[in-house]
Amino acid sequence: MLNKITPTRRAFLGLMGGAAALAAMPTQLIAQSVNAARALVDALLVDLYALINAGRSTSQLYSDFETLLNRYADLPIIAQTVMGVDWRRASNAQRSDFITAFRSYIARKYGSRFQELIGGTFEITGARQIRNFIEVTTTANLRNEAPFEVIWLVSSGSGQLKFFNLVIEGINLQTTERQEIGAMLDRNGGNIDAMIADLRNAS
Amino acid sequence: MKTALAATFLAGLAACGPATLPGEGVINDPSEVQNREVHAFNVAVDRAIVRPLSVGAGNAVPEPVRQGIGNFADNLDQPRYVLNNLLQLRIDDALANTFRFAINSTVGLGGLLDPASGIGLHAEATDFGETLHVWGAPEGAYVVLPVLGPSTSRDTVGFVVDRAMNPVRFFVEPPESYYATAAGIGGALNTRYRFSDTIDELYYESADGYAAARILYLSNRRFELRGEAQDDYFDPYTDTYEDPYAQ
Repeated sequence: MLNKITPTRRAFLGLMGGAAALAAMPTQLIAQSVNAARALVDALLVDLYALINAGRSTSQLYSDFETLLNRYADLPIIAQTVMGVDWRRASNAQRSDFITAFRSYIARKYGSRFQELIGGTFEITGARQIRNFIEVTTTANLRNEAPFEVIWLVSSGSGQLKFFNLVIEGINLQTTERQEIGAMLDRNGGNIDAMIADLRNAS
Repeated sequence: MKTALAATFLAGLAACGPATLPGEGVINDPSEVQNREVHAFNVAVDRAIVRPLSVGAGNAVPEPVRQGIGNFADNLDQPRYVLNNLLQLRIDDALANTFRFAINSTVGLGGLLDPASGIGLHAEATDFGETLHVWGAPEGAYVVLPVLGPSTSRDTVGFVVDRAMNPVRFFVEPPESYYATAAGIGGALNTRYRFSDTIDELYYESADGYAAARILYLSNRRFELRGEAQDDYFDPYTDTYEDPYAQ
């Protein structure tokens, strides 16, 4: 009887030990990375605000926005995630073409909406650690609009601290674009090159 | 006695706790074929009627007037919000909405202006679908309603109940009630005009407008209902990839 109990007990003690180790995880380290993620989003918002209100021509705006994305977003991982299982069968050339086309598509799609953001303000309202990444919450205040929530998910998984997802009022960039890219692949009978060609022309 | 009974009943319902929300990107759409047909119909209605009408009205009617009509329609939604806030036992929201309704109906010239937002008192929008969620009713299936657009089976029931029990119906009689309806339609057209880029992009430029509208609606609706921080984000650096769209 006792023998039957022992493994469970050991497992239980092991779990307790694990929990204790987790609790003992250097809280200073977590606080540091939360602060670093906060600083990253802060810098991003400053640059974004300047770009939105700079009054650039459309093509200049898109290329400046691409530069900003390169600096603050982990586009390779976002591109990989939105392609989902199809990423596995893509060749290296297709992967790199896709990342380039996707970056420019995101810059056009979101950049074309910057006009609505002119004069708006953004402030950081919170930051917290979730598993291995950090969620930075910001509030956008636009003219004639109730304030709304924009969340930046930040990780150093790429070796550098960058954001890998953006959530506006519950609407998730990763989920939304995965759906869109999936639909483009379906439309092209699963042909990755044709999907990339479509993406280059998509707004 | 009746009030006490009702309060006990509500407290009992609220004690059940809200329904569990589906995870990020999870879709339950068993009637996709019919839904796609209704979506195609809605896009056709938008193309032929709603979009041209909203663009025409948007260009012809000056912005302050459109804003006023929109405010007036929004203000008439407040009593309905308060009723639902109470059914959800969210007394803070009920008070905020009541206060907002009082300010905008008086200082705001019967709701044409929105001074309440000016002092940071924004609408705590809600509906009977949310009340059902708070009482524990699950989301159900995704549904596309003719003209009205995306919904779920739970929220469709909520919509019908909201229309039936809207307090404004019991206090406003014709011809004033027609003004309320007209303002509602005007407000909807104004919304279509203000968000024309977003809606055009969704309906006419997405690779699959139906699926794009579906994920957008469900994500935003779950966000409204969640009422707390989300934790189930996908972490591409450590999580194993699972295709949420795999059948």
